[in-house]
Amino acid sequence: MLPSSPLLMNRQYQANIYITLRPSVLDPAGTAVQSGLKHMGYEQVEQIRIGKYIELKLSSIDENSARQQLDKMCEQLLANPVIENYRFDLVEIGA
Amino acid sequence: MKFGIIVFPGSNCDRDVQYVTRDILKQPTRMVWHEETDIGDIDVVIVPGGFSYGDYLRCGAIARFSPIMQQVVSHAQQGKFVLGICNGFQVLTEAGLLPGALMRNRDMHFICDRTAIKVERNNLPWTQAYSQNQVITLPIAHGEGQFYADSEVLAQLEDKGQVLFRYEGDNPNGSVNNIAGICNETGNVLGMMPHPERASDPQLGGTDGLKLFEGLLAKVAALA
Repeated sequence: MLPSSPLLMNRQYQANIYITLRPSVLDPAGTAVQSGLKHMGYEQVEQIRIGKYIELKLSSIDENSARQQLDKMCEQLLANPVIENYRFDLVEIGA
Repeated sequence: MKFGIIVFPGSNCDRDVQYVTRDILKQPTRMVWHEETDIGDIDVVIVPGGFSYGDYLRCGAIARFSPIMQQVVSHAQQGKFVLGICNGFQVLTEAGLLPGALMRNRDMHFICDRTAIKVERNNLPWTQAYSQNQVITLPIAHGEGQFYADSEVLAQLEDKGQVLFRYEGDNPNGSVNNIAGICNETGNVLGMMPHPERASDPQLGGTDGLKLFEGLLAKVAALA
């Protein structure tokens, strides 16, 4: 019998990552888009904040470890904690 | 004094800096590719302006993980000089060598202009060739130059005299406290949005930036 590869025990996950500006940070792009919408007549629109959305797939031994990896990725590169917050959804898409 | 200019894919002010240090100031100057891992021969590291890695994700975010940046961090930790100009300033904040962050300009425009800059203190090598509170004119050219730090960090920067350069008069990009350039607590790492290298040759319309480089040379001459 062949030795099983550790890779085969991994599960596949789909992560959807949302990066948003911290509430204390001004968002000039959001303000510009809001004023555009108001010019179009959408007077009821308020507090537009523009962020980033990142999709990725990753393999991991379990959901907990996938979450830990994502936290690290977000803290190190995907978000800048000085100005941004992040959150993510994680769905298992197969073993 | 040997200058090392870091070259990332997308850097575009590297040769302007080289012209100043090598051709105007006659100092040994080496272009350092971002994949290099030894800068032991360098006295002053300059992270130049440009659009490293296309500014993807955030300005400076990807450059920060280049092999060379570990060397730049350890160079700074040894107390040696590191200067980040424009995109270089963004890289230094992303790398954690300087506090705060640089965000999209308040009015959303890319600004290419000359601005009045006040030299806040002149008791550091970077600014010793200027007089205190001197107002100089330097070019700026950036879309993401709005300096931001939370109120706690900002108070610390002000209390410790880490603000070296401030926009005088109009604030072009919305930076908090009109900040144009800051140093770290020990003063050996400087980041600034204005371009001193573009104001160092009289034929290009101004030499207010040259004194920054000359101040550094005088410092080293004094140490020798």
